[in-house]
Amino acid sequence: MALLEIQDLHVEVAGKEILRGISLDVEAGKVHAIMGPNGSGKSTLSHVLAGRSGYDVTGGSVRYDGSDLLQMNADERARKGVFLAFQYPVEIPGVTTTTFLRQALNAGRRERGEPELDAMEFVKVIRRKTKELGITDDLLKRPVNVGFSGGEKKRNEILQMAILEPRLAVLDETDSGLDIDALKVVSDGINAQRSDDRGVLLITHYQRLLDYVVPDRVHVLAQGCIVKSGGKELALELEKSGYAEFLDAAAA
Amino acid sequence: MAMETKTVEELATGEAYKYGFVTDIEMERAPKGLSEDTVRFISAKKEEPDWLLEWRLRAFRMWKTMAEPTWAKVTYPPIDYQDAYYFAAPKTKEGPKSLDEVDPELLATYEKLGIPLQEQEMLAGVAVDAVFDSVSVATTYKKKLEEMGIVFCAMSEAVQKYPDLVRQYLGSVVPYSDNFFATLNSAVFSDGTFVFVPKGVRCPMELSTYFRINAAQTGQFERTLIVAEAGSYVSYLEGCTAPMRDENQLHAAVVELVTLDDAEIKYSTVQNWYPGDAEGKGGIYNFVTKRGACRGRNSKILWTQVETGSAITWKYPSCILQGEGSVGEFYSVAITNNRQQADTGTKMIHIGKGTSSRIIAKGISAGRADSTYRGLVRIQPKAEGARNYTQCDSLLIGDQCGAHTVPYIESRNPTANVEHEATTSKISEDQLFYCLQRGLSEEEAVSLIVNGFCREVLQTLPMEFAVEAQKLVGISLEGSVG
Ligand SMILES: Nc1ncnc2c1ncn2[C@@H]1O[C@H](COP(=O)(O)OP(=O)(O)O)[C@@H](O)[C@H]1O
Ligand SMILES: [Mg+2]
Repeated sequence: MALLEIQDLHVEVAGKEILRGISLDVEAGKVHAIMGPNGSGKSTLSHVLAGRSGYDVTGGSVRYDGSDLLQMNADERARKGVFLAFQYPVEIPGVTTTTFLRQALNAGRRERGEPELDAMEFVKVIRRKTKELGITDDLLKRPVNVGFSGGEKKRNEILQMAILEPRLAVLDETDSGLDIDALKVVSDGINAQRSDDRGVLLITHYQRLLDYVVPDRVHVLAQGCIVKSGGKELALELEKSGYAEFLDAAAA
Repeated sequence: MAMETKTVEELATGEAYKYGFVTDIEMERAPKGLSEDTVRFISAKKEEPDWLLEWRLRAFRMWKTMAEPTWAKVTYPPIDYQDAYYFAAPKTKEGPKSLDEVDPELLATYEKLGIPLQEQEMLAGVAVDAVFDSVSVATTYKKKLEEMGIVFCAMSEAVQKYPDLVRQYLGSVVPYSDNFFATLNSAVFSDGTFVFVPKGVRCPMELSTYFRINAAQTGQFERTLIVAEAGSYVSYLEGCTAPMRDENQLHAAVVELVTLDDAEIKYSTVQNWYPGDAEGKGGIYNFVTKRGACRGRNSKILWTQVETGSAITWKYPSCILQGEGSVGEFYSVAITNNRQQADTGTKMIHIGKGTSSRIIAKGISAGRADSTYRGLVRIQPKAEGARNYTQCDSLLIGDQCGAHTVPYIESRNPTANVEHEATTSKISEDQLFYCLQRGLSEEEAVSLIVNGFCREVLQTLPMEFAVEAQKLVGISLEGSVG
């Protein structure tokens, strides 16, 4: 049984079908990349997996760790180990990232029956994680995403992932808008978090990220359908030929 | 790291108003209704000097000629002032001399409210004066303060022990003729707190009063007077709760502050009176007059209020900036949920040269509540170079509530600089989802976002109370989403 099993998933937004029958398994320990042009439904998929409201699942199923994921509320999914790195991380003025993350971590710990961490214990967790990832902790003292540059926001998402230690991580265009240095920091952060019991769904528009984070499988999403799946070479192929032929395939 | 939003156990249990219990204790009351006899009764109970009785009577006679103000954006059925008790006190032969003499039932009540007086006598940090209905029951830490020359006691005790000081300052900032509710208070005030900090003394601990309305059909009319002599400093905090009752109860307090040269008073309020139920039944009418006079040069008064309770809040803690270079600050969080109404703000009256003021007001409305910021900044002709900065932010939760900003700016000196900024926003769906995605429940998410919105105000509170206030923010918004 795979960690995540998506079967024939159909999703509508405002009466319009955006995902048109997606099937995909993500096993623990594997990194699956989803590549697709703008508007192909990548963020829609990530939001549906995370349980955002406003999406109508009109067909198919999603199982996570053996349970029906679609039956759970967004916060329950998160506490059970589903993490979404947002394409557009949201600002929360007046709330420091430390406070936010400690509360998030403790919510998960409560769910698992583990004792909550106090401020001192939490600082230790942060120290350890930032060291492991080689990421500075300067962002943590600032209000969540407020005034962060694009690169800082993405870096912060990866740091949050490291602290929350999810079982399934969905990374929505975590590479977009990054210069080469920032891309390197972020991909090192992702690589450091690959592990045998974690599945990763890496969503990207560009092949570039996959030079740094080498996926086990690559899927091409076009107009709400997975039109081709393959090994890591598929990404290189796409780089050369572009999405055009897949768009044609999806339209057919 | 002052600002931590704690996970609130109360949220999990869905306990909306946890201070709603009633203490079963024998009470002594003035006869129901309001007349000169009531005023005399109260004054006699307190064995007051003639001048004070006269003052009360003048106030009462004036009050009879006054009309209740109607300009605030709040609505409530007419109040029958004859259908209430104006004095209620736990029955004891004499006032308690020390904690040992305080009724154990009362001590238990305060413990339930989270203020163990006995412990506080030992723990350094906070000195508490507790007002239960109309009388002050125990004042902790007195001795230590006395050694420094600081007076911190019940108003009724101050009238006996320090009559000259009380007479000099009582009504000097809020005269008995000030407004309908203040005048009523002047006639029937039952107790309250008196603080006097002598020249050059920095009060080493937070002084705190805890007000509680317990008895049914009883109004609470406490009177607080704080005087800070030249070069002194004091930080004072009041907290309030009341049992849940179906009828509305009136709370009409008066607070007067005076700072002389270079003195500073920091006055913080965490107001959590019973707000009424979700349909708007019951709750406290909180009609309060608070005013500070910065009489001395470079003196400073700082008001912080966190208003989460009460069915109706009507209060405008103000600063009269007389002394040259004096400073007034007002930081406010007003949360209204369900059917609560709040019309609150401040007045900054710039009289002296180079005076400055700062107003940060955060209004949060949820449910079908209505919240109004009403503020006056007045620059008098002689207030050369006066400055004011005002920022009013409103946050709406849901689409059935209202938020209003009513700033009045009157500048009569061309060298003055007055700035006003206002914003209105909603908790965004993006923010909520972001929090949920990290594992926070909807209520935790709202509490966190609102606490962030209020941060600038909450961080002006003394540390111990900031944590309490943050919890209250979450609790008072329970059931506002989803
Ligand atoms: N809230 C919405 N209302 C209407 N259409 C939407 C909404 N969200 C997304 N869409 C549409 O769904 C399609 C897929 O969008 P999205 O999942 O964001 O694509 P991608 O992330 O691959 O760029 C687009 O055509 C987009 O316009
Ligand atoms: Mg997208």
